[in-house]
Amino acid sequence: MRIGVLTFPGSLDDVDAARAVRLAGGEPVALWHADHDLKDVDAVVLPGGFSYGDYLRAGAIAARAPLMREVVDRAHGGMPVLGICNGFQVLCEAGLLPGALTRNSHLHFRNRDQALRIERADTAWTASYAAGQEIVVPVKNGEGRYVGSPEDLDRLEGEGRVAIRYVGGNPNGSSRDIAGVTSENGRVVGLMPHPEHAVEALTGPSTDGLGFFSSVLQGVLA
Amino acid sequence: MSIDTVEIAAKTPDDEQPWAELGLKPDEYQRIRDILGRRPTTAELAMYSVMWSEHCSYKSSKVHLRRFGDLPPSEALLVGIGENAGVVDVGDGYAVTFKVESHNHPSYVEPYQGAATGVGGIVRDILTMGARPIAVMDSLRFGRADAPDTARVLPGVVAGVGGYGNCLGLPNIGGELLFDDCYAGNPLVNALCVGVMRHEDVRLAKAEGLGNKVILFGARTGGDGIGGVSVLASETFDEHGPAKRPSVQVGDPFTEKLLIEACLEIFAADLVTGIQDLGGAGLSCATSELASAGTGGMHVDLDVVPLRDSTLTPAEILMSESQERMCAIVEPAKVEAFLAVCRKWDVLATVIGEVTDGDRLTVDWHGERIVDVPPRTVAHEGPVYERPMARPRDLDALQADDAANLPRPTTPEELQAHWLAVVASPDGADKTWVTEQYDRYVRGNTVLAQPDDAGVVRIDEDSSRGIALALDGNARFARLDPYAGTQLNLAEAYRNVAVSGATPLAVTNCLNFGSPEEPEVMWQFAEAVRGLADGCRELGLPVTGGNVSLYNQTGDVAINPTPVIGVLGVHEDVRRRIPTGWRAGGETVLLLGETRPEFGGSAWASVVHGHLGGRPPAVDLAAERRLGELLAGLPGLVTSAHDLADGGLAQTLAESALRHGVGARLTLGADPFTTLFSESAARAVVTTTDPAAVRAAAERAGVAVTDLGTTGGDALVVDGVLELGLAELRAAWTATLPALFGTPEATVGAVPPS
Repeated sequence: MRIGVLTFPGSLDDVDAARAVRLAGGEPVALWHADHDLKDVDAVVLPGGFSYGDYLRAGAIAARAPLMREVVDRAHGGMPVLGICNGFQVLCEAGLLPGALTRNSHLHFRNRDQALRIERADTAWTASYAAGQEIVVPVKNGEGRYVGSPEDLDRLEGEGRVAIRYVGGNPNGSSRDIAGVTSENGRVVGLMPHPEHAVEALTGPSTDGLGFFSSVLQGVLA
Repeated sequence: MSIDTVEIAAKTPDDEQPWAELGLKPDEYQRIRDILGRRPTTAELAMYSVMWSEHCSYKSSKVHLRRFGDLPPSEALLVGIGENAGVVDVGDGYAVTFKVESHNHPSYVEPYQGAATGVGGIVRDILTMGARPIAVMDSLRFGRADAPDTARVLPGVVAGVGGYGNCLGLPNIGGELLFDDCYAGNPLVNALCVGVMRHEDVRLAKAEGLGNKVILFGARTGGDGIGGVSVLASETFDEHGPAKRPSVQVGDPFTEKLLIEACLEIFAADLVTGIQDLGGAGLSCATSELASAGTGGMHVDLDVVPLRDSTLTPAEILMSESQERMCAIVEPAKVEAFLAVCRKWDVLATVIGEVTDGDRLTVDWHGERIVDVPPRTVAHEGPVYERPMARPRDLDALQADDAANLPRPTTPEELQAHWLAVVASPDGADKTWVTEQYDRYVRGNTVLAQPDDAGVVRIDEDSSRGIALALDGNARFARLDPYAGTQLNLAEAYRNVAVSGATPLAVTNCLNFGSPEEPEVMWQFAEAVRGLADGCRELGLPVTGGNVSLYNQTGDVAINPTPVIGVLGVHEDVRRRIPTGWRAGGETVLLLGETRPEFGGSAWASVVHGHLGGRPPAVDLAAERRLGELLAGLPGLVTSAHDLADGGLAQTLAESALRHGVGARLTLGADPFTTLFSESAARAVVTTTDPAAVRAAAERAGVAVTDLGTTGGDALVVDGVLELGLAELRAAWTATLPALFGTPEATVGAVPPS
């Protein structure tokens, strides 16, 4: 299975995302922001980092990159897309996911090992988990505070689109402890924490993050 | 705007020039005139002034630093002192380059940008060698933790180190954070970067090949950082002087990230014959160093340099320290390919000149010659001083004021109070407040990071080969005896690398001292260098390079001599690394090495009594080596290893226990005070499920072993003396920095209904 990892200028965790795809059993395919070529991939990961230095607004410029047009089109057609951290910001800026990520309430960049609860285990990226399962993966961001108006948040909750929630402490002031959300069809998922940094016991706090990548492989195979 | 040209300079020998304002001494100015046979042009004067600054020329330190070059040759050293950074063979065809650099003065003036550009500068040094930068570390020192100015400087420095490194995608794997009154007007910000490459990819900074093009690439040149190396880094701060903020550079890590990726692609396609980064002294440094190291001359057309500010004068362009710029020497046939890579990464690149025959560096401004100099006189043949030296007058009295005479705890309650005080002191306290602001995970190869003793990074995912790095600089020891103190710092960094299970391989350093114009400071500096050179000889390690930061003083008060020593080690298999924390109960806790009653310069004396006096602990590098060799053979036999340093066993036990919340029941002998607070060197604590095997190995290695007890429970229990609950210990240890610098807890605010 070919999983594309899209690199923008300033992407940082693209090597990590590619490694996670490989360890989960997929074939990582490097995609370049300026191309118009998705290279026949079956799914796309938008990795973490500081695309375009987070200038203007985090993810705002990357969301308008040439290849994002193809990503958005294919996502509307059902291709699974995962946005991690800066990738989540890009998905929100591209209109594929609702809400916005703003400066952490305490104004610090924060990197810590974070407990999460998988609220939805039926998306393309979370099917390897059980609903309600708690996992630990790193979180690291300066602009990771998920916000929305109360009505929008109520609607998201009602539609079951809060896919992942912080537990045991909220690292950045996100509304309703929201760590990640999904599209209505469950094919596009964005989250601030970094599952790609929890794929090896040697280098991560756990291997809990592998499930995101194995989920999409199972789904694509099915 | 009238431009001062070579022609005009030759005709107007008596024009007054602002050499003193640019930091030159009268005899230095005269020497420039002698070299050129005329007065320098304004642009030439600018170049000489920045390149002959203490920061760039090492004019006060050079005569001492030669000691490092006299060390026996090391097989591991591929590139030694003199290049941007030394390069070490770490096996399997991999080479590693690492270096520490200071950005002390800018960080005091403008904490965020000063620290950020410190990281940026050292990363470019590593990149210039042909390596992919893979990690950073930072060694920080501030005035008293509760001083108002520390609250101004520290948060900005930490945010700057994090802001730049995080945005570059480099994991921060460790460092130091220490406080002392002596740094009140002179904080120290030392940044380390380490990079990895294949042996055949090592690049050097020299301009070769007649007709080859000189390409400036990266950011545009602006008015920031003009005179950073001369008026900022090479002078003592003066309370009444003018504000120096314009001399601090402003960083753009995004541009640097693009520069890194573009450079690595350029290296991979073999498109450059020489490369140099633009750091201190900017274009003056890059052009003169490239030309000086090559065989020919160089010509530059300065008016084609892309500018951020079109009003800059040629002299300002030559002196500007705008960040994120590099200079490459490229064969004409490869220029188009080079520019194409830069276009791909949105990196601005401009051909600004070429390598010429002859031996002059010439610079034109709109067709007029404004610089015509022998490049070696700018870059490599600057002034060299044998500054007067004098042993500090107060040293005898200081050494006589033995810390062993200080009142010791007389009751178990006092002993426990002292233990808590040391662990909760700003130096001993939990550093999460800082390290949470750094990305430790990016690139996915970080095996160990702070609070472990050494940072460990995997460099090959197939073979699991990796490296370990530690930075240490105890300035109290160095104040009491700079020779021994520097060796103790070397020993500590060596030990920190060794406890991770790595084999120490090479040494770097960042030597932070006061004004070289003070004989007592110069003596401290010379002693520190001599100590480091002798120490490296005894440990069989090469010095791969280093950095000297002088003029760290305000008025006539110098900082404590602060030689920060970095040791690089190699792990053949990082999966066999040894962590510092205790994970399980029922394991035997062993102390390796000998404890003597040594309290001079100790954390206990400092924290409990506010005392600095006596002699530092004895140096025994042979014992360090035995301990290191023993630890290298222990993976598999031990479940954790933690070195003993500041705060002695008290600090080590606390950190080991708090890491995963596993306590221990301990027996500390007849004199628990000495066992807990002595700072004797060459010691480590290990835990094991096979104490007999560890004892046997230690006996063979000639390392003393003391059985301290067994892990387990939720307290550190010293039999018959005290019981220190981990909850109480953790509360004290973690509260300090948030109490001082704010508790960055998240608050969830409501967004108004739309």
